[in-house]
Amino acid sequence: MASLGQSIKVGLFLGTRQLRRANRSTTILIVSIMTFTFLNLVVVSGILIGLIEGGNIANRNQYTGDVIATTLSGKTAIDHSQDFISTIARDPQVTDFSARYLAGGSIEANYRTRTDFSSKANTVGGQVAGIDPVQEDEFSSISKYVVEGKFLDPTESGYVVIGSNLLDRYSSSFGDGFDSLKNVYPGSTVKITINGSTREFIVKGIVKSKVGEVSIRAFLSKPDFIQLAGRSDLNANEIALNHDATITDNQMKQRLIANGFNANAKIQTASEAIPDFLTQIKTAFSVLGNLIGAIGIVVGSITIFIVVFINAVTRQKFIGILKGIGVSPLAIQVSYLLQSLFYGISGSLLGSLILYGLLVPAFDAHPIDFPFSDGILVADVPTTIVRIVVLLIVTLIAGYIPARMIIKKNTLDSILGR
Amino acid sequence: MITAKNITKTFKNGAVETHVLKGVDITINEGEFVAIMGKSGAGKSTLLYQLGLLDHPTSGEIMIDSIHVTSMSANDRTSFRLNELGYIFQDYALLPELTAIENVIVPLLMQGKTELEAKAIARASLDRIGLVHKEDNLPSQLSGGEQQRVSIARAVAHNPKILFADEPTANLDSGSSEAVLDIFKELHRQGQTIVMVTHEKEYTLFCDRVITIADGKAFE
Repeated sequence: MASLGQSIKVGLFLGTRQLRRANRSTTILIVSIMTFTFLNLVVVSGILIGLIEGGNIANRNQYTGDVIATTLSGKTAIDHSQDFISTIARDPQVTDFSARYLAGGSIEANYRTRTDFSSKANTVGGQVAGIDPVQEDEFSSISKYVVEGKFLDPTESGYVVIGSNLLDRYSSSFGDGFDSLKNVYPGSTVKITINGSTREFIVKGIVKSKVGEVSIRAFLSKPDFIQLAGRSDLNANEIALNHDATITDNQMKQRLIANGFNANAKIQTASEAIPDFLTQIKTAFSVLGNLIGAIGIVVGSITIFIVVFINAVTRQKFIGILKGIGVSPLAIQVSYLLQSLFYGISGSLLGSLILYGLLVPAFDAHPIDFPFSDGILVADVPTTIVRIVVLLIVTLIAGYIPARMIIKKNTLDSILGR
Repeated sequence: MITAKNITKTFKNGAVETHVLKGVDITINEGEFVAIMGKSGAGKSTLLYQLGLLDHPTSGEIMIDSIHVTSMSANDRTSFRLNELGYIFQDYALLPELTAIENVIVPLLMQGKTELEAKAIARASLDRIGLVHKEDNLPSQLSGGEQQRVSIARAVAHNPKILFADEPTANLDSGSSEAVLDIFKELHRQGQTIVMVTHEKEYTLFCDRVITIADGKAFE
């Protein structure tokens, strides 16, 4: 009886030649189907996850950094902030940071030209943030998101940069339930009130970002904020930092906790700072993506099944001849499995090439403009490898079943086509 | 070499039973060139398939070299066909995606020979039938006669004990038929046992014996 090795050898001999001399158009068609099946499997779920992940990345880049310290519940600020700041400023693994001073306030515009005092004033409530413009811009590149006017200049005083969501022309889509300022442009004068203290500021620019904490705040320089809010203790409300690649977010967080800073601040990594609902949406999208991908796999495997089945049926006579001249059924099955594997591997490789050579760079360069995030394509290599393996296993099964069905037929019936 | 006792073959199609072979007893000795003749539908090819282990008789016993081949498992029959028997079919039965030499190589590889060894044997076999110069041609690039000669090369490359040929000249012109028969004559001269089904009476002139199938029985 033929050994396993002989059967595999003959199977590979037959399979490679069947592939090499197959109709090119048919091969291209099948490989294309497998490529699209692979892309469907990876890209659909990758975009769904990337929709949330894009938001998370923006949140990290523009707001939380790698680690963020925020005010403890029941406190008005982070006590001993200056110790915290001086510690991270000395840490060689911290690349940049920003300390932010926050207070609730109101902003009123067009009060000089207001004539009808029976109607509501052109005012909006919001969070006012005091920042070091240079430090914040180095940390979050906030100036890139200034869509009108300019960002704050550290040498100037009396200017404000307003988040776009506080202005009606940017936030009309939110509906009427939200107050917003009308007719405010760079150069407009607005009144900002914090804790009953009011001062006029000139609008220097409008900042627009999909990160809520950026587009819903009004930014003042730190001296202007401290003067207006009367914050003489210099305690910040948020201290966000980035570190270099030699340390993880969690290690940096643990280092800060080891320094005792968690007694005065809630210290979170960027991932921990993501709101729960976003994590849940990401999980839901991931499940949805996998579901759509699974449908793609079923379609792909049915395609392979049909292709191999038709191939085996039309070659039934030759399968019979092979069996007749003594070629083992296993060798014939190996030849069909090789073909299925070829289609699966070719589709996956071509798909990976398109994915990493074209789609991921394209999505990185031109993210999808979703209302709440810039959607990217998330396709991490380990997950992609798992999906390739799944696709290959399914492809092999889809190729094996029809080949087995045909091979089980009576040899003579196959030869005579009965 | 081949002893067939009381071979019957019945085909069932629903409730309809067709008794093609009704108790065939034949013996074929080593080195004989035996022709099986008979009218269309008489059961010539059916008998050949039973003797060549391509089909199972409904009843009866076949022994080849004193081995009870009718009771063999499917795998053992495949292995027996591979090592001991050779086949030539009416329509050549070459694999269309394999070249002439590759068609000859397949059973040799299955026997466990290396590709190099198989290639050398296949080339020698093609040389015997005068087609070594077309070893890289696909079947579609060969004439009918050439395809049948490649089929013969494949059937004899592994030196089978018995060569079964099912109407090997049925699809060939007279020139090609003669060429094929010349090869058979040469193989027979070298001691090859050949069992050939044919319609053509003149081709039986080279045979040692003629077995005629009629009414499901074998006659000499």
